[in-house]
Amino acid sequence: MNLPDQLSRLKSLWTRTPEQTKRLSLLLVIFVALFLPLRSLLIPADFGEIGHYRASALEENAEQHIHYAGQTICFDCHDDIVHTRNQGYHRGLSCEMCHGPAAAHAEDPGMSQLRVPRDRGYCPLCHEYLASRPTGFPQIVSASHNPLKPCITCHNPHDPVPPETPRDCEACHAAIARTKAISHHVYIPCARCHETPEEHRVNPRMFRPSKPMNRDFCGECHYTDAAGSEVTQRVERDTHGARYVCWQCHYPHLPEAK
Amino acid sequence: MDILSTKKKSAPKYGRRKFVKNLFAMIASALVPGSLVAREKRSDKPVLTLANGYKPYDHNWGMGVDVNKCIGCGRCVEACKIENNVPRDPFFFRTWVERYRILEDGEAVVDSPNGGINSFKNGPGEKAIVRSFFVPKLCNHCDNPPCVQVCPVGATFKSPDGVILVEPDYCIGCRYCIQACPYGARFLHPETRTAEKCTFCYHRISKGLAPACVEACPTHARIFGEVDKKASPLQRFLRMNKIAILKPSLNTEPKVFYANLDMEVN
Repeated sequence: MNLPDQLSRLKSLWTRTPEQTKRLSLLLVIFVALFLPLRSLLIPADFGEIGHYRASALEENAEQHIHYAGQTICFDCHDDIVHTRNQGYHRGLSCEMCHGPAAAHAEDPGMSQLRVPRDRGYCPLCHEYLASRPTGFPQIVSASHNPLKPCITCHNPHDPVPPETPRDCEACHAAIARTKAISHHVYIPCARCHETPEEHRVNPRMFRPSKPMNRDFCGECHYTDAAGSEVTQRVERDTHGARYVCWQCHYPHLPEAK
Repeated sequence: MDILSTKKKSAPKYGRRKFVKNLFAMIASALVPGSLVAREKRSDKPVLTLANGYKPYDHNWGMGVDVNKCIGCGRCVEACKIENNVPRDPFFFRTWVERYRILEDGEAVVDSPNGGINSFKNGPGEKAIVRSFFVPKLCNHCDNPPCVQVCPVGATFKSPDGVILVEPDYCIGCRYCIQACPYGARFLHPETRTAEKCTFCYHRISKGLAPACVEACPTHARIFGEVDKKASPLQRFLRMNKIAILKPSLNTEPKVFYANLDMEVN
């Protein structure tokens, strides 16, 4: 088929097409002609480069201003204080935890001063007694713990230790002492069951008190043939839960607990 | 009979030679584009370097939270608000701390006064508490994030290093993502009227710093690091602890891992 033939066939196709289809197709052509350039104008240039988003959005998120300077930068000027802190119980804390964001101060120490929380309100954020805090975390009841005295009069926050060696066990183990006070074991001193090295008072985690490890220890009072008061609860040595150690079922600081 | 046989011999419609030729052509035409596509997929991750030299494709970030270590002091909440200019009102948090108290009768009481930013107070509860603990929460940076799926304009996305980010310039504030997040980790910024969320402090991690909450935590209850690589504090955390994630049934595959998490938490 030659070219004029093809043209004439196209012409007849056009004349045979209904009027409304012609108008619609014209509209379609206009829509496509507008849509394609508009689309390329509206969609950002780097959209879809690495995903269904603008690649430069990563850059913009990374550009945000930094407030907290980080763990290591304080050491450059305050190495003596950092050294003191590293020896004490607060060795795991970052300086900015108490002194606040330090990026501005690190850039220009003269212009920006860091906060120094000297009042009684700050330390209890961590050290106030809360039932939900994990066992062993040092806590006080600030209402009864030297009220009106700022913490730093007795404790150095860079190397916090009790100002004097605690004399009684309940200075630290208050929860246990309170529990024992309402139990039948109230008159038994802590040292009767826990052999406590003297160093435990100054270095509690390195030198730990002992714990009774066998049934016979409790049996000294509680076996049927044991000497002692008549009111003490007695159990048979061989038949009463012989497979277990006593504390697996009974809490020694409150033995009557369910 | 004779006519039929000669016809067959003289004009074979589809000879063996042609069949084998076409067969090879077909196999080749399937293999060549296939192998090209496979080679493209197998080739190394795309190289993308930000202006500060950070390479997002080299990382996959995650966070570990040890519930046993959290003391509920709220310093992470404070640090996050300062670092990211989060509004101080008590409804807007990128991270917050919840206190769980499980009572005698099995009821779990959860509270988070002002996100825990001023720590907590002992309540005058009438019932005895069986156990109690704090749970820090934040965006879980899901590997399969529902919030990204629902965004109608592609303004929130999962970055190559596994962090879920928001592009405020393109966010239209429709709040679909806030509805979609099963962890309640998103909010609408009251001034910009765009969705906001934890970014793992993207501006910090891309410069080699830890997120502000990790920096501020006094008991190291929060651990930050790589999910994939072997040498990372998070890898040690995942190895040494029994790990749980929040709402595992939703298959969001969170990248915030909890250690010593109570079964009451979700």
